Amino acid sequence: MIRKPLRPLASILRARDKGENPDVIERENIRQRHEEMRDTGRARAEGRLFIMAILFFGAFITVGARMGIVSYSEAVEPRTSYSVSKIVAQRADIVDRKGRILATNLETNSLYAQPHHMIDKERVATELVAIFPELDEGRLKKDFTGSRKFLWIKKKLSPEQKQAVHDIGDPGLQFGAREMRLYPNGKLAAHVLGGASFGKEDVHAAEVIGVAGVEKQFDAELRDPANGGKALTLSLDLTVQTAAERVLHGGMKLMNAKGAAAVLMDVHTGELISLISLPDFDPNDRPRPKIKGHASDSPLFNRAVQGLYELGSTFKIFTAAQAMELGLASPSTLIKTSGPLRWGKFKIRDFHYYGSELSLTKVIVKSSNIGTARMAQVIGAKRQQDFLRDLGFFDPTSVEVVEASGIQPLLPSNWSELSTMTISYGHGLSASPLHLAAGYATIANGGTRVLPTLLKRETAQEGRRVMSQTSAEQARRMLRKVVTEGTASFGEVPGYAVGGKTGTADKPKENGGGYYDDRVIATFASIFPIHAPRYVLVVSLDEPIETSGPEPRRTAGWTAVPVAAEIITRVAPLLGLRPDVEPGHLADITLTSN
Amino acid sequence: MRTILLVLTAMAVIGLAVWAYQENYRTQHATVETERLQRQIGEARSRLAMLKAEWAYLNRPERLRDLAEINYYDLQLLPLRPEQFGKIDQVAYPPTGLVFDLSDAVDVSSQGDWP
Repeated sequence: MIRKPLRPLASILRARDKGENPDVIERENIRQRHEEMRDTGRARAEGRLFIMAILFFGAFITVGARMGIVSYSEAVEPRTSYSVSKIVAQRADIVDRKGRILATNLETNSLYAQPHHMIDKERVATELVAIFPELDEGRLKKDFTGSRKFLWIKKKLSPEQKQAVHDIGDPGLQFGAREMRLYPNGKLAAHVLGGASFGKEDVHAAEVIGVAGVEKQFDAELRDPANGGKALTLSLDLTVQTAAERVLHGGMKLMNAKGAAAVLMDVHTGELISLISLPDFDPNDRPRPKIKGHASDSPLFNRAVQGLYELGSTFKIFTAAQAMELGLASPSTLIKTSGPLRWGKFKIRDFHYYGSELSLTKVIVKSSNIGTARMAQVIGAKRQQDFLRDLGFFDPTSVEVVEASGIQPLLPSNWSELSTMTISYGHGLSASPLHLAAGYATIANGGTRVLPTLLKRETAQEGRRVMSQTSAEQARRMLRKVVTEGTASFGEVPGYAVGGKTGTADKPKENGGGYYDDRVIATFASIFPIHAPRYVLVVSLDEPIETSGPEPRRTAGWTAVPVAAEIITRVAPLLGLRPDVEPGHLADITLTSN
Repeated sequence: MRTILLVLTAMAVIGLAVWAYQENYRTQHATVETERLQRQIGEARSRLAMLKAEWAYLNRPERLRDLAEINYYDLQLLPLRPEQFGKIDQVAYPPTGLVFDLSDAVDVSSQGDWP
């Protein structure tokens, strides 16, 4: 830019010639220059402001537009993320302790009808009934020709059935995708698994919800997408469960029992390796609960968990263990067993007359009610209650099936001295076989409390100590003697050193008013191997009658014990237990000093 | 000098535009590929689930037991019994100096008929 000089020579000379003051020209020029500078400055400032305004405007528009898009657009799955996308089933699998599938999902189809799209309604109804004989033809025709616009016909179709419906070829019949729960092993562990059914249903999908057992207990976990389809690992062992169920079923038939239950439990971890209740059902096609009659008549009833029975003489070992724990008796202490023992009007009798005195060991071995009741009298109601509470007989079991939480053992409302005496030999207190197994596990593992669990765990439970190692060991020695020389002689399994206690309890009448003479619950609670206890097995038979002899026999020694022994024979090798020679028991050395 | 700079800038812009265009298309292609693969993975997973279910169904203990009973003559399978546990010192050492004279690929030796 060529700047105009402030004092242009031509103008100055001309002004001098005219006699004017040349400074005026200079001032005028300065003024003009200042005006120009002001104009350009303003223009520049305005330009900057304009650009800034546009920038801010653009920024706000962008932010606003983005917000609008985010709020109006539908969410889409991120397509370009690096993470491995997990397309998982709606409901996680359930597997046994070795990862074998107990419950899984299967894709299938449901069938629904839209009658207003249907062409030949009569023919469709006839052909549907030909495929599904359980449908009612008249009902279908009425539905199709009526005012209904939509109806479900079948909830699950097999591929063959789907093809057959396809072949009808009517546009009014439609399929909806479904995921159904499949229990590939059929009836196996039915009571533990429970079952599943459809919740909220739509044409495209349906919720699968658990209705009983672990399926219901862990419903939220199994359906939680955050789990990533991780399978639920149970403590059950498929093989052991199968073998035990087979033997128990055979035993139930052989002993003419109407039901049976078995609990096999690891004494250290509390894991239930096998939990059986017979009769059972198929969880793939869960029967409806019975409305009439007693709940225990339904196959849905889990005898091992829900069945509260007076467990009979199996309780005696708890009385003996407590007496030893309190220092009231030692295994050789003599106890009066002459009877009958009277308490008011009530008489306590023994099965046979065992003489006037027996040692505590013999009381257990011979299963003397009188001897046990006398021990209980010495122990007293308060201490007995505390002990049984410690063993878990006062609360529902902690096992993870939904039915268990409501099963409160039946205790006498007034714990009198008579109650104390009868409970000492297992009458007047009803508990489930699972409670009993947990109680025996405490004796087996050296005196600490174990909570039964259905979930696999690696480590032993560090439960509260209920009795000392010594008392537990002495109790175990008594249990071994019951098998070697007492009421459970059929329970001997060579190599596995079984110890246990039988229990035969009369069944109470349903309507109250005493007990049946000819209906019993026969129970055998056992620990094996007794010298290094690993497992507790409780077998309970409902109304067994053994008829090989001249007269029918109902006692547990003749019914539950042989069944339990056969279960141990079959199951122990499967559990990896090598038959072992029982170490001889060394004579006790009493340390004395003078 | 200025013209050269201008031309170079223009060419750089064109070059970058071509590159961005290609990258855009490659991204879209990769996205489509990812979707296809994920669909495949999904299908494979559901097929796997189906096969696992079938495997579990075919291996259900009830069926295996029945099969073992039907084929008892050939297989002679029985439930595991406690007597079947052995000790390592009950197993004999294999005889030494055993020579197989197998010239043909399908020859079978019955030498040393020890269990």
